[in-house]
Amino acid sequence: MNSSDLFQETYSALLANKARSFLTILGIVIGIASVIAMVSIGQGAQGTIQTSIEGLGSNLLTILPGIVQPGRGIVSAGRGTAQTVKNEDAESLRAIPDVLYVSAEHQRRFQIISQAGNNTNSTVIGATAEYVSVRNVSMDRGAFISDQHNRSMARVAVLGPTVAGDLFGSDDPLGKTIRINKINFKVIGILKAKGSAGFFNPDDVAIVPLTTMQKILAGADYLSTIAVTVSDKDKMPEVQARATELLLERHRVAEPDFSIISQADILGALTQVTTTFTIFLASIAGISLLVGGIGIMNMMLTTVTERTREIGLRKAIGAKNKDISLQFLAEAVMLTFLGGVIGVALGWLVAVLVSQFAGIATSVSIQAVFLAFGVSAAIGIVFGYYPARQASLKNPIEALRYE
Amino acid sequence: MIVCKGITKIYKNHSAGSGEPAIETAAVKNATFDIRDGEFVAIMGPSGSGKSTLMHILGCLDTPTLGTYLLDGKDVSLMDDNELAEIRNQKIGFVFQAFNLLPRANVLRNVALPLVYAGAGKEAREKAAADALASAAFPQNFWGHLPNQLSGGMMQRVAIARALVNNPSLILADEPTGNLDTKTGEAVLHAFQKLHMEQGRTIVLITHESYIAEYAERIIHIKDGEIIEDGKNHRRRLVNNI
Repeated sequence: MNSSDLFQETYSALLANKARSFLTILGIVIGIASVIAMVSIGQGAQGTIQTSIEGLGSNLLTILPGIVQPGRGIVSAGRGTAQTVKNEDAESLRAIPDVLYVSAEHQRRFQIISQAGNNTNSTVIGATAEYVSVRNVSMDRGAFISDQHNRSMARVAVLGPTVAGDLFGSDDPLGKTIRINKINFKVIGILKAKGSAGFFNPDDVAIVPLTTMQKILAGADYLSTIAVTVSDKDKMPEVQARATELLLERHRVAEPDFSIISQADILGALTQVTTTFTIFLASIAGISLLVGGIGIMNMMLTTVTERTREIGLRKAIGAKNKDISLQFLAEAVMLTFLGGVIGVALGWLVAVLVSQFAGIATSVSIQAVFLAFGVSAAIGIVFGYYPARQASLKNPIEALRYE
Repeated sequence: MIVCKGITKIYKNHSAGSGEPAIETAAVKNATFDIRDGEFVAIMGPSGSGKSTLMHILGCLDTPTLGTYLLDGKDVSLMDDNELAEIRNQKIGFVFQAFNLLPRANVLRNVALPLVYAGAGKEAREKAAADALASAAFPQNFWGHLPNQLSGGMMQRVAIARALVNNPSLILADEPTGNLDTKTGEAVLHAFQKLHMEQGRTIVLITHESYIAEYAERIIHIKDGEIIEDGKNHRRRLVNNI
């Protein structure tokens, strides 16, 4: 039996049961489409995070108290508990050559209330004037925290656009008073919107002078972050080594009680997170593909039973076992391959719709498409093999008698 | 040329788990006979007589437990499944009681089916199928029809054409008139007689009715697995000019 005969047999067999073939294909379509859509969402998230982190500046070093293990994530780094990094550490870092700016920060979440009674829970950052240069923020209206504000422990605040919107709606917040932890602050500026960077939203913040934060709001003398910009990307490792040495000496410890993270580390850690996320999504989608494959096997077993007499006849007139198994295998593979083609198209469509309407970036990679085709054909072979074998092993005499 | 020597087929009934020894039933016992090329033989016997088992062995669907079966000088008794399939494809043409046509394929494709497994090209297949349909006196304007659009008699002619298409050494007809009324049945039997007389085909007809067996030139009677009579048919029914 040559391939065109095989194709014609397969085609007519599948057309003979249109509804059944369609429903079986649907199982594979849904499986493949969800794999494609989920992987594209995962990869899209990865791309977004990558660009936004690179957008923060590739020559940024972040010094955090406590130990942050690379690969274990920077999300729960014990920043709330470790108190090892102090203001004096930040000042001392300025002595290292090639350090451009040093931004000492202390952040904590507080409830913020406006005079109108609106309230929001968001991140309050105590910062110095250098925050603007290091963190790459720009002002929409008003002014940022100045050195004067820090010296005088001024009760002023700069709001991120999300916080401003939550508290004041469409009103102009400039010059209005807000209450953070029952203390009044005057709004002196609004940040320009930056857009969400993956898991952290830089627009959902309120910034106050560092001294005000430490002495009045938090009552603490330590820092949660020191962000350092380096003049040249190539100097990063050198500056990182010197900063480590300097802080070890200052803290009089042998093992570091702080962590210095470069953008490359953050990118690596986040890529790991999003890869895990993508695998997680894809494996959930993969389960539906497995269910689709079981549907294929179910239909093929039914078909084999229904066509027992046909199998008997084919064997009687000279079909060998491999001819029979090839015929049924071809049907299963044709079903899954069609399902794969339609599934890829549907998954692509879902990815486009998701990025269009949900605002989540998606990217359908060619590898994912080819993988989907490969997987769908493989499912046809795996789940079609057993029914095809059952068909080929039928005894022709019994098969011909089958009612 | 068919030579059967001491053909015996024994079935074992395994009673699962009971520990009792398997019960052996001999469906065919020590059958010895020859069929010459161009003979028209009927194998006749009541149901349960072993004629179906004998037919399966003659048709290379099964192998005997004991004895040898030579088909065109080849010993078929020891062949494996794939070799048997090849022999069936090249040397045997089957006509079944229930026609066994593929419902999705038209007449021409049904007839050409054995050649698909023989690996013949499309043109060769169609030409051979057309010749076979002509030999079976099947009207050409129905060649594109599907089996369910045909009458029983016509379906059996398609099956006969399919049995002829590979130019077999032996045509095996298993109760070919069983699903037909007397008149169409007679026409089908006449078709076999014509093939035998005009083309010199070797035909083995399996039936339980003596009326039908009488169309053959020789009748082998089988009862309880044993051949009880084998001889020339003296009351032969002959082709009326149809």
